[in-house]
Amino acid sequence: MATRRQFLKVGIAGAAVLLTVRAVERPLAAPVGAMRVLDPASARIVAALAPAVLAGALPPAGAAHDEAVRRVVEGFDRTMSLLAPVVRDEIGELLGLLRFGLSRVVLTGIWSPLDEASPVEIARFLAHWRASRFDLLRAGYLGLVQLMVGAWYAQPAAWGAIGYPGPPALDGPAPA
Amino acid sequence: MIPDPIREGLARGWKAIDAASLARDRELEADVVVIGSGAGGGVTAEILAEAGLAVAIVEEGPLASSSEFHMREDTAYPRLYQECAGRKTADSAITILQGRCVGGSTTVNWTSSFRTPPRTLAHWHGALGLRTATEAALAPWFERMEERLGIAPWAVPPNENNDVLRRGCAALGLRSGVVPRNVRGCWNLGYCGMGCPINAKQSMLVTTIPAALDRGATLVHGARVERLRLAGDRVVACEAYGAGDAAARHRLRIRARHFVLAAGAIGSPAILLRSGAPDPNLATGRRTFLHPTVASAATMPQPVEGYSGAPQSVYCDHFLDAPLDGPAGFKLESAPVHPALAAVTLPGFGEGHARRMAAFPRMQVLIALIRDGFHPDSPGGRVRLRSDGSPALDYPITPYLWDAARRAWLAMAEIQFAAGASEVLALHEDAAPDLAWQLARRRIEGLALRPLAARVMSAHVMGGCAMGPEPRSSVVDEVGRHHQLENLSVHDGSIFPTSLGANPQLTIYALAARLATVLAADLHGRRGRSPV
Repeated sequence: MATRRQFLKVGIAGAAVLLTVRAVERPLAAPVGAMRVLDPASARIVAALAPAVLAGALPPAGAAHDEAVRRVVEGFDRTMSLLAPVVRDEIGELLGLLRFGLSRVVLTGIWSPLDEASPVEIARFLAHWRASRFDLLRAGYLGLVQLMVGAWYAQPAAWGAIGYPGPPALDGPAPA
Repeated sequence: MIPDPIREGLARGWKAIDAASLARDRELEADVVVIGSGAGGGVTAEILAEAGLAVAIVEEGPLASSSEFHMREDTAYPRLYQECAGRKTADSAITILQGRCVGGSTTVNWTSSFRTPPRTLAHWHGALGLRTATEAALAPWFERMEERLGIAPWAVPPNENNDVLRRGCAALGLRSGVVPRNVRGCWNLGYCGMGCPINAKQSMLVTTIPAALDRGATLVHGARVERLRLAGDRVVACEAYGAGDAAARHRLRIRARHFVLAAGAIGSPAILLRSGAPDPNLATGRRTFLHPTVASAATMPQPVEGYSGAPQSVYCDHFLDAPLDGPAGFKLESAPVHPALAAVTLPGFGEGHARRMAAFPRMQVLIALIRDGFHPDSPGGRVRLRSDGSPALDYPITPYLWDAARRAWLAMAEIQFAAGASEVLALHEDAAPDLAWQLARRRIEGLALRPLAARVMSAHVMGGCAMGPEPRSSVVDEVGRHHQLENLSVHDGSIFPTSLGANPQLTIYALAARLATVLAADLHGRRGRSPV
């Protein structure tokens, strides 16, 4: 596990990469398939992050788990499509950085592509971002996590586990 | 079957245009164009239409109504809120909840309806020179709007989420009060934030807008106002585009004698900036206030079910009862607890986050709305334009405000423990739940106060087109008329010269009613016709 000192170095370099790449990278590629704004490679990054972000919330490995991850990616994409174009592009760029080898290693310390990384490795880099001194990394952490947890808990599949009965039925008589 | 007043009105022949599905460019004409259909625009449209003026209301969001309000976050946030309820300040540090639909934020707010606090009016009157900002001068306008919108203290017992605030205050000897709400025939469902499914909430969607449409007003929805066309010191037209696909959208140009901006405290300054409106003293978009809001989540031993029942029915003003030139005060309220809203607001991720969500039915949430804009160390934020013309809000959280945030977390935790909480968590990434008040106190006192770690929200965007007697330091005068443009008014929360220290809808209603009444008389006078 990286020491705090090592991570600070990575953090500084990471912030620099983030700023540089933001300045040169082109906006999001055209949407494909069922997604509104996520390209397939970025959708795979979101799918790779979701099991770590929602550990303890998603169903255990199996068909239900895969379906849940698919829905999180879908919800992420939908919310992202409704954000201000500038913000949407920033998230797209961040996902791009997590895809691209050099920036991924600098920002996350993970040597393999993220969809081959373990949830433990992913949780470790998210925890580093969360505690980072750099506003940019904390903003990245918050943006990704909020889009994912919002996408999951907005749907009925998530409600049973937290004891939310869902909205009341309105077809009965009005309560006194 | 619950009646849907909007579908009924459309069937009766209301003039409504969905700009998102225009097949070609359109030209319209009106006496007055009202831009925005929220608290300011709704009230203005009704009063002007009743005075016999031809009114066109232009709204960026969709015309959604109770038939499609299903109390579901996954449909309500995308359809009814700016940026899917994920709008943020430019640095991402503050999440902004704002409506984007016919009725504006009134369609999705939590119904709390307070008069402007006397201390705030005294500051506007004394320090800022606003002659009309007195309790006596505004009382008739408050009474009129309270009557119009059924505003009264909530007579039903509070839900548990609010009763914790009441009990905690009582145990500590702090005074709490009952929240006045704008409802008629409320079923106490708890889903005000997703659009009232039974039309009990007296939002603009079901009150003033239908009244204006019944008087012959035209509603253009799904239309984003790009700019006002100016000629000398006059506005000649308002140009809007359908909110749909950029490639297929069409332009709508509306000419009128007078224009009223009521697009909210981000939208209104942005339109002025995009239009190149004269701004000799660079006041437009400056001094924007948010009531920056921090929160504290308690786990109670008993069920709370914070998703059920009137979302806000108890408040505590104890911490506002302090001089305006001292440390920042804050208003305490409860916040409704719905799954997605709770999930995005709770700190952490993974197992820790899932554990907190697992206590969802016992979760109780308090919020503290910090009173900003009264002290030199709280100058507010600034609305500016991005390169694509969209508005960005810069709002630095100053040390003065952070100090209030810390005191607010302390106050909320103490109240929650006093009401019997098993554990309390300040909504901050560095915090963790504590089992007792003394432990929570030590932790909160040690929290690093920094953006993007503390969860900071706002549901009240105010200022940016301040009213004032001096064109040097304000954008509009005391009757809402733009200092430089002859036939332009602003009637929304952007004219507040500071924040309020209370939920703003009733202040906007009352001010808009007064300004619109003056405007109606003025427009008739100029045309040489007596008011209807």
